[in-house]
Amino acid sequence: MQKRLILNAELLSITVDRLCQQLIENHQDFSNTVILGLQPRGIHFSDLLVDHLNKLTGKEITYGQLDTTFYRDDFRMRETPKAANATNIDFIIEDKEVILVDDVLFTGRTIRAALDAMMAYGRPKKVELMVLINRKYTRDLPISPDYIGKDVNTMETQRVLVDIGEGKKNKVWLINEEE
Amino acid sequence: MMPLSQKHLLGIKDITADDINLILQTADNFKEVINRPIKKVPSLRDITVANVFFENSTRTRLSFELAEKRLSADVVNFSAAASSVKKGETLLDTVNNILAMKVDMVVMRHASPGAPHFLSRHIEANVINAGDGTHEHPTQALLDSFSIRERLGDVAGKKVAIIGDIMHSRVAISNIFALKKQGAEVMVCGPITLLPKYIKDLGVIVELDVQKALEWCDVANVLRIQLERMQIKYFPSLREYSLYFGINKERLNRLDKEITIMHPGPINRGVEINSDVADSEHAIILDQVENGVAIRMAVLYLLANRSS
Repeated sequence: MQKRLILNAELLSITVDRLCQQLIENHQDFSNTVILGLQPRGIHFSDLLVDHLNKLTGKEITYGQLDTTFYRDDFRMRETPKAANATNIDFIIEDKEVILVDDVLFTGRTIRAALDAMMAYGRPKKVELMVLINRKYTRDLPISPDYIGKDVNTMETQRVLVDIGEGKKNKVWLINEEE
Repeated sequence: MMPLSQKHLLGIKDITADDINLILQTADNFKEVINRPIKKVPSLRDITVANVFFENSTRTRLSFELAEKRLSADVVNFSAAASSVKKGETLLDTVNNILAMKVDMVVMRHASPGAPHFLSRHIEANVINAGDGTHEHPTQALLDSFSIRERLGDVAGKKVAIIGDIMHSRVAISNIFALKKQGAEVMVCGPITLLPKYIKDLGVIVELDVQKALEWCDVANVLRIQLERMQIKYFPSLREYSLYFGINKERLNRLDKEITIMHPGPINRGVEINSDVADSEHAIILDQVENGVAIRMAVLYLLANRSS
């Protein structure tokens, strides 16, 4: 198994800072904006992001976690069922600007499911997508991110390992799966 | 995550502790779903479920139907009273006719013990037992465990007394299997005529004095007297049963602790349980009903997942 480092801890924190600045530019005081991290892996990144954003703006930004398991279109194609995770959204997103946050954008199917899942909480005014790693040329659906941490050219056989969050090394790796 | 070990849910006896755990955990997520403003998810939109009820039911049938609809499955309902069963059709023929219309799952209630097991050996669709005679009622036991876990944090190590007509109760049998598999202690209590002779072989404690059972337990699961299944008299009168085995406020006041009261419904108020208990804050009877939908969603979802 070959591993290549694509983001180290220092670059990651610079990237998170830059993404926060971009958000502030577009959403100013976040009075009508909510952030939704996607379960299970996207929330490590969104936790980091929201934490930093709260520090920069000095406010408590409305933040929730969304699980897409029951909205997936591939759940019966899997060998083993995908474990569902908690959805924590204690607000209504009606007429809000929503920023969906995930760690890796690959085929776009998770985002498709997330768009469906999100609608159960109201009709948002606008939805944007932020990803830490954008895998290029691998999309199955016409979905593209509005905010990108890093673009990476990958092949289908490769995997992106995002090792961030509490007690983690805060690194992102590109892994070549052996045949 | 491991899939369920079985293709059908015929009884708690056939499934493992891991299966039970998986169903309860999945139900946690569905409980959150059914408390949202929009209570529906699209998971089973390509699945058709037939609810085949050869015996009367309100709660279970409504609960299954709601669970199916909240998972976006297509639902067909069938009740024996208004069907060709009356014209002499066999069980297998009836179900095969329904399956010919491309149905993926069958939820069945039947008065004969083992009817869903028989069916599962002859058809491709997943079979869910919604109660077979005096044998098993697996989803009820699962929702009871879920409700205990919700109220007391865990099932393992808890003391559960099942009180009432044990002999005719599929709820009792399924609950005994489910609770034992999860590491709870189980006691059965009722008139000796309504306790099966070999019930001890299932690893339960037998108690004839209801007050002692209440003193022992953390949770009392009170069962209905199933007069419709009794061909002979098992006790002199309902009034006498109520005096000796009915759960009322006065009995609970004599305890030096608070216990949780459950009942699978339908309740015969004033017979096995009094209104002053059934409507008190110790009773979680309506929570059980709410949890029933979440549990059935979890079972349908996990079985559909396994069918591929």
